[in-house]
Formats: sequence, structure tokens, C-alpha cells
Amino acid sequence: MAFQTNNPVIRWIEYRMPIFSFVDHSVGSGYPTPKNLNYFWNFGSLAGIALVIMIVTGILLAMQYTPHVDYAFASVERIMRDVNYGWLIRYIHMNGASFFFIVVYIHIFRGLYYGSYKAPRELLWMLGLVILLLMMATAFMGYVLPWGQMSFWGATVITNLFSAIPLVGESIVTWLWGGFSVDNPTLNRFFALHYLLPFVIFGVVVLHIWALHRFGSNNPLGIDVKGPQDTIPFHPYYTVKDYFGFGVFFIIFAAVIFFAPNYMGHPDNYIEANALQTPPHIVPEWYFLPFYAMLRAVTFDIWFIDAKLGGVIAMFGSILILFLLPWLDSSPVRSSKFRPIYKQLFWVLVADCILLGYVGSQPPEAPWVLIGQLATLYYFAHFLVLLPLLGKLERPKPLPVSISEPVLKGSGPVGASATAKPMEKA
Amino acid sequence: MRKPVLTLAFAAALSLGGAGLAKAAEGVAVPDKDWAFEGIFGTFDTASLQRGLQVYKNVCASCHGLRFVAFRNLADLGYNEDEIAAIAADFMVEDGPNDEGEMFTREAVASDHWPSPFPNEQAARVANGGAYPPDLSLIVEARANGADYLYHLLIGYTEPPADMEVPPGQYYNEYFPGHLISMPPPLVEGIVEYADGTEATTEQMAEDVTHFLTWAAEPQLVARKQMGIKVILFLLVLTGLLYAVKRKVWSDVGH
Repeated sequence: MAFQTNNPVIRWIEYRMPIFSFVDHSVGSGYPTPKNLNYFWNFGSLAGIALVIMIVTGILLAMQYTPHVDYAFASVERIMRDVNYGWLIRYIHMNGASFFFIVVYIHIFRGLYYGSYKAPRELLWMLGLVILLLMMATAFMGYVLPWGQMSFWGATVITNLFSAIPLVGESIVTWLWGGFSVDNPTLNRFFALHYLLPFVIFGVVVLHIWALHRFGSNNPLGIDVKGPQDTIPFHPYYTVKDYFGFGVFFIIFAAVIFFAPNYMGHPDNYIEANALQTPPHIVPEWYFLPFYAMLRAVTFDIWFIDAKLGGVIAMFGSILILFLLPWLDSSPVRSSKFRPIYKQLFWVLVADCILLGYVGSQPPEAPWVLIGQLATLYYFAHFLVLLPLLGKLERPKPLPVSISEPVLKGSGPVGASATAKPMEKA
Repeated sequence: MRKPVLTLAFAAALSLGGAGLAKAAEGVAVPDKDWAFEGIFGTFDTASLQRGLQVYKNVCASCHGLRFVAFRNLADLGYNEDEIAAIAADFMVEDGPNDEGEMFTREAVASDHWPSPFPNEQAARVANGGAYPPDLSLIVEARANGADYLYHLLIGYTEPPADMEVPPGQYYNEYFPGHLISMPPPLVEGIVEYADGTEATTEQMAEDVTHFLTWAAEPQLVARKQMGIKVILFLLVLTGLLYAVKRKVWSDVGH
């Protein structure tokens, strides 16, 4: 329905700049949304609120933080001790990064389960992956800023990966560092970029939502909306549902911030960076562990590619391959609900990623090296071998005619209430 | 369907986080000890903090700094302004330059941070046979299960196993990673005479100083937990209301 109002001020503005109808079409009553979305569709808005929380707390922290190797660690402690509620702002920001990744990972796996990456939403999916890559860069550089031991050594290990690039690798690393080791120039540029990238993320989020609005949300049945009977207005139905989701999210988030704020961190980062003392184990933050496992899985040279470059290729390839997913998965059926074999493979993939995460947290010794190699192999086989084959071999279950089909076919109120099932179950 | 996914995601997140923590401990598993500051209603025990300060001042402070703690912070331990001024006055700090351009030393005041016992790392190392006594401001945060670890480390000096040779200047400690620690056993029965008359056993001193250093590492711990309880109660009510509104709004959607 078109945006309408009797308020003269709003009409005056709307005539000159149609911002009210824009909002209404974006997240208001003018945005028709499938009526059967389940709670997994809350994670997009949760990721949005997480980004807002990170930007707000981050700006407040930047007002108190000093990006200099001699003062960075102490300035963070000053925030923790002397700045009013500085501890709260920092704990929100520090754990906010973890929660941002938790909701984004669930959001991504939601997309995998319900086939949200398939036509015509390929660009939407790819823009999401761009956001993920930007988030990883931002989180990595943010973790360096407190200038603890893990900050310093994590930065050293990860920037050194670029030295694996043939011919120009060493020069690139020197260029990234702004010197010959991770030092003050590195910290300075990481701070500058850590402040910049969230706004780039914000921009790509706008594109992501723009692309989303072209065809609207996918839904648990994975079938297209056939008409108005399949949709409800975004506002108030999904706004209130998203608010309820925020509430649940905030409760869990608050429980960690207030009662276990350092649980997801590493104790070594409360030791100031020391270039002369390597920690016994350098581990990244938990959200990077599966990628770290893939990086370390390649322990052998492949033809002219040495092990280090191979690991880097595996790590970046694990995300880049997702850009091809809409074409690797050749099945025309979106939702796992109607794909009995894919549904099982989906859960194997989830288990594989969790296993990779665990392997990433372990020292690179037997049996973890071999397990990591097999898990990495399976990860790539899932996308490169199993999905293309499945599109040909799997026999999907029959799809419903429309989202509201069961309602139309239902006989009276009893049948109608029974059809609530797809939404609850999915 | 919904529940298993959430559970899995959370189990993953938590086990990964936990795995990171477990690994830092490396050495020996540290037994669990109960502390007043643990749990969601945990608070510091003021008497123990004050005794811990005494142990820190009389024993630890001769080698270990506490650079992120200012004397004014001791108000958290229940001291008033005069008492804090008196504690600070026991320490000399460098100040200046004065009008003649000279650096000078003066008695510390409440706004000063705890002075470090050595002017720099090299001086600390030469005075300690090459070992560097770390600053203790964050030691409890900087170790996995910091409080349990520190307590057991302090009481963990035992006879080495028969097949282990302890080099001169090092000591065998059951809980130190690698077991060879350069710090001589710091807490000897009666090395401190507690102002409140508590018997200064090694365990008592270890417990008190660990309590004190937990406060030093996170002075806002109690404020954090108390605010957390209020925030979560508020969020529970808010979320309950939001759920009710959601149910009401959705009641007319024809399923």
C-alpha cells in the first residue's frame, strides 16, 4: 500500500524529499514480507543492531584510547579503571565482536539451510560475504589495538601470511607494517583502518538491504511469494518480532558482559606486548579458529605451491568458494525442508566447521593435524563435489503450491490452526 | 529445528572460547578454590583485601610493581582519606622538574600510582638473578583461572621429584608451568603480622594477597556484577513485554 498521511508537515517534507515513503517501503507497512518467516530470520536485524552497538561503543572508546605502542595498553587500562563506565563500554565492545560473529554465522548458516543464496538472490548473498570479509579485517585490526601479547603476536602471524605471495610477498609485508616488524606505524594504521572499515561495512549493509528488497526475504519453504495472501506488512509484524529478538539477544549478551566478560578472550592479552617474548601458543579469537585450522592444515608442498602459500590459499579459498555457491549448488529447490539428503549434509557441514574450530584451538600436533586436514578436505568437498552431484542425484520432495496454500485448502478453523505448523517447525 | 541450531552454535562458541583458556594454563591443572568474589552475587571481602594489602606491601612490593593501581583506589578497601594518605606516605616517588630544573623525590600522595620497585626492567633483572618480576596489577586477569592459579602457586612450593634437578637460583613449584620458578618461596609463616590479629599462615596470606590482587586487576568487579543483576532483571521484564506485544500483534495472522 502506498504511504499516506494527513500530517501537513510530513506531507510538506514528503513532497520535496520522499523520505517517509522510503522508510515505509524499507522497514514499514509498505514492505510486504512472507508471513511464514521463523525466528532464524531475526538474525539479520540482530547483526544490524550488533553493528550499531559496535560503532557507538567504538567511537566512545576512540575518545579515550591512545594508538601508540608506549601508551596503548595503559590507555586501555585507564579506560577500565578511571573513565566513567569505561569498563562497561570496553566489555560491550570486546564481547560485541564475538556476538556480532555469532549472529552473523547463524545468519549465514540460515542462508545455507534455506537456500537463500539461490537465484535471484545471488548478489544479496555475495554482498553478505563481502560484509563478512570486512568484518574479519575489522575484528583482526581491532584485536591488535589493546597491544597485549596476543594482539602483537596475532598481528605478526597474520600479516606474515602475505609473505607467502610469490615474488612480492616480503615487500607487501614491509608495506603493511610500515617498517620491518609490527611496530608503532602498524598500530597507527590499524587504528585508522579499524575506525574506517565499520563505516564501509555500513555502506555494504545498505547495498545488502537494497538487494534484499528487490525480491524480498526468502522463507522457510523456499518458494516464491505468489501474491498478497502470502505476505504481511513488515511493520508492525516483523518490527515487533525483531524487537523481541533484540530482547532475547540483549539478555544473553548482558549475561556475558556482566558475569563472564573475559570468557571469550585470552588471558595473554592482559600482558603488555613484548617483541622479545613469544607466547607458548598463539591463538586467534574463537571466531577465526576454523580458518586458522585450514591455514595450518596444509603442511605439505603441492607442486610449485609451498605449504605456507597453500595454507593461505585454503584459508582465503574457504570464503571465496562461497561466492560461487549459487552456481555450485545446482538444485533448483531452495529449502532443505524439501531436500532430504542436502539437509543431512548441511548438518555434517555445521559439525565439520565446529570441528575445524576445535582443531584451530589445539596445538599443531598429532592427531589434530590429520583431523584438521580431513576436516578441511571435507569442507571443500562439500562445496566442490557433493553439492554439484546432489543437484543431479537428489530427488526433492514435492513443493507446496504457495506459502498460504495449506490455509486455502484447509477446511475450517481446525485445519487452519493445524497449518500453523510450517512456521513453528521450520 | 530451532533449538538444536542455537544449542549447537552456543556449544561451539563456548567450547571454542573455553578451549582457548584451557590452553594458556599449559602446565598443571589448578584445583578449584571458592572465593567470595565468585558467582553472580560475588563481592570482595574487605577484611581479606586489607590483609592482602598488608601482605603485598610487606612482601611482594619489594620486587613486584602495581603500576595501574593508584593510592586513591584504596578507598575501595574501606580506608578513609587520612588512612590512604598515611599508606601513600610510606612510599617515595620521583617528581619534577622543580623550579631549578631538578628532579626530586617526595612522599607519595593519594593521586600517585604505586611506584615500581625498580627503575627499569634491566635494574629489576640484575637485582633478581636475571629474572624479571612481573607487574602484578593485572596478574589475575593475565593467567587462566587467575585467582586459583595464583593461590596455588603461592602455596605450591614443594620438594621436587627425585629425578628432577633444580638449578641454583630456581625453585620447584608444583603449579608453575615447567615447575621451575625463579621466585623464592615468598610467604613464610609469620612473615607478616596481621593488624586484625588473624593468624598469618601461608595459606591465609596466599588467600588474602590473591584476594587483593583480584581487586587490583579488576577494581570494578563488584560494580559490574551488581549492575548486571539489575540490567538482566530489566531486560527479562522488557523482553517478556515485547513477547506479549508480539503475540498480540500476530494474533490476527491467519496461519
